[in-house]
Amino acid sequence: MDFLLQLLVNGLVIGSVYALAALGFVLIYKASRVLNFAHGDFLALGTFVAFALATSLRLPVIPAIILTLLCFFVLGLIVERVVLRPLIGKEVIAVIMVSIGLSSVIKGVMYLIWGPGYFLFPEFMPDVPIIIGDLYLSPVHLLGLAVSAAFLGLFSLFFKRSTLGVAMRAVADDQQAALSLGVSVRKIFAVSWGIALVSAVAAGVVVGSITSLSTEGLSTIGILVFPAVIVGGLDSVPGAVVGGLLIGVLENLTAGFIDPVLGVSLRSVVPFVVLVLILMMKPYGLFGTVEIERV
Amino acid sequence: MTQPATLGTPLAGSPAAAPGAAEPLLTVNNIEVVYHDVILVLKGVSLVVPKGQIVALLGTNGAGKSTTLKAISGLLSAEEGRVRQGSIIYQGRDIANADPASVVQAGIVQVLEGRRIFKHLTVEENLRVGTVTRRDGQIRQDMEMVYHYFPRLYERRHQLAGYCSGGEQQMLAIGRALMVRPQLLLLDEPSLGLAPMLVQEIFAIVRRINAERGTTILLVEQNARAALNVAHYGYIMENGRIVQEGSVAQLKNNPDVKEFYLGLTESGTRKSYRDVKAYRRRKRYM
Ligand SMILES: Nc1ncnc2c1ncn2[C@@H]1O[C@H](COP(=O)(O)OP(=O)(O)O)[C@@H](O)[C@H]1O
Ligand SMILES: [Mg+2]
Repeated sequence: MDFLLQLLVNGLVIGSVYALAALGFVLIYKASRVLNFAHGDFLALGTFVAFALATSLRLPVIPAIILTLLCFFVLGLIVERVVLRPLIGKEVIAVIMVSIGLSSVIKGVMYLIWGPGYFLFPEFMPDVPIIIGDLYLSPVHLLGLAVSAAFLGLFSLFFKRSTLGVAMRAVADDQQAALSLGVSVRKIFAVSWGIALVSAVAAGVVVGSITSLSTEGLSTIGILVFPAVIVGGLDSVPGAVVGGLLIGVLENLTAGFIDPVLGVSLRSVVPFVVLVLILMMKPYGLFGTVEIERV
Repeated sequence: MTQPATLGTPLAGSPAAAPGAAEPLLTVNNIEVVYHDVILVLKGVSLVVPKGQIVALLGTNGAGKSTTLKAISGLLSAEEGRVRQGSIIYQGRDIANADPASVVQAGIVQVLEGRRIFKHLTVEENLRVGTVTRRDGQIRQDMEMVYHYFPRLYERRHQLAGYCSGGEQQMLAIGRALMVRPQLLLLDEPSLGLAPMLVQEIFAIVRRINAERGTTILLVEQNARAALNVAHYGYIMENGRIVQEGSVAQLKNNPDVKEFYLGLTESGTRKSYRDVKAYRRRKRYM
């Protein structure tokens, strides 16, 4: 029972990270129907930039992270402007190929600079576990969960309350109608990229502080984002959150209960099995947009 | 801004309503519009919209009415269309091929054909999108104004717009545009797909908006009868050209208009027009 609880908690922590990463991915898709295959690579790059600022430049960890988030917001605007805007209106496959190309370039750059090794974030929290009953919670895990939750909360507030956030949802709903009211669709695309990279880097930094850093490992989160967003519904922000949490929990339950029995690791397979099962029942995902039809 | 002299006369067709009587807010000079650089759709269209008036642009399906509105609002660019020749003068400035956001900022807003509300946003959020170009703090006040004209929207303000009825969606599309605080409102077939009762209700509100707020309106319609009941002046478009124009009284008494657009007399001499009429009738009652 306690083992189960422990797995659930760990699952939620890593799931919240997936949720955060998935949010950025969904945002870009919702606004501009672009599937960003480089999402995981931006996540990894941002985490390593924060790491480099903290270790090579010896900035304190928190300012290093905040500085990285700001830089990646701007990087998002630049990537949209330079790489994606020329592709507006082009074939979907062309846009996908460009994002795959971007992914390779970022991977290459990271490999050149940091190589294949594992690194550790400088510690910035006491590593004394908090024990509640039989439950071991590390402060870093709790902080990670809190940070992910805070980001998710902030983003949802932004989409509900701010005029820019509402306009972003409007563009996702009917681009031409938004244009007719003076919404600058270009600005919305750019801001989606900015916010998407911020959410990716935030997710990466949380994972990075919980576990070790490797470019490979972090990029892989980009792949795990797929089951999360597809389970949730490709164009649903709440869906991304639920999908992320679900995948995180399932991964941990598999690792805890099934892997020891079979002696092989299935933890990274299970999310995709669930993905297929859910799509068979709900082709648009759990929360995906189904056309509203009035009767 | 407001012009009591013309606004006070509720019935169209009085001599004061002729376009020369008020200063023009918008002048379209002989424009040609092409899509994809090859499909010529407007072949030299000119029209004047005087300040404070309602001008109707009538014509059958495919005549080029929506294209004319999109040329004015700049939305053509989103469909690979372009004003190839001529000019569109608004408040002394040529806005042909201008960026749509800058046209909205200048005070022109187009209500698209088919309502096009944001289905997955609430009614109030839809209104909110209309304020993106505004920098003043009177947004709450303007929402009250929209709810004043369309009390039904107030009742549904927290509902997803996709679940509103067709009439409510049309009201929302107009209300959303009013949130821009436009000087010139371009309405594209507000009667489309609505029951006759609702058409009357919406046109009455359009007239009130014009009279009370001094908003100038360019009204595109296939439903000529409804449009001529609220407009001051009218143009008739066929095949990318203006073929008739005049005060509402002149148009209502013109035998061609009577027959082909108002369906007042039955005559089977020109088959193509009969088809058109049948089409219109079907559409209106669908
Ligand atoms: N985006 C477009 N690309 C190519 N042709 C178009 C486009 N939009 C409209 N047209 C053509 O232009 C003509 C006029 O269309 P439109 O302005 O929508 O007419 P109306 O609003 O009077 O029904 C039609 O023949 C239509 O097929
Ligand atoms: Mg039309």
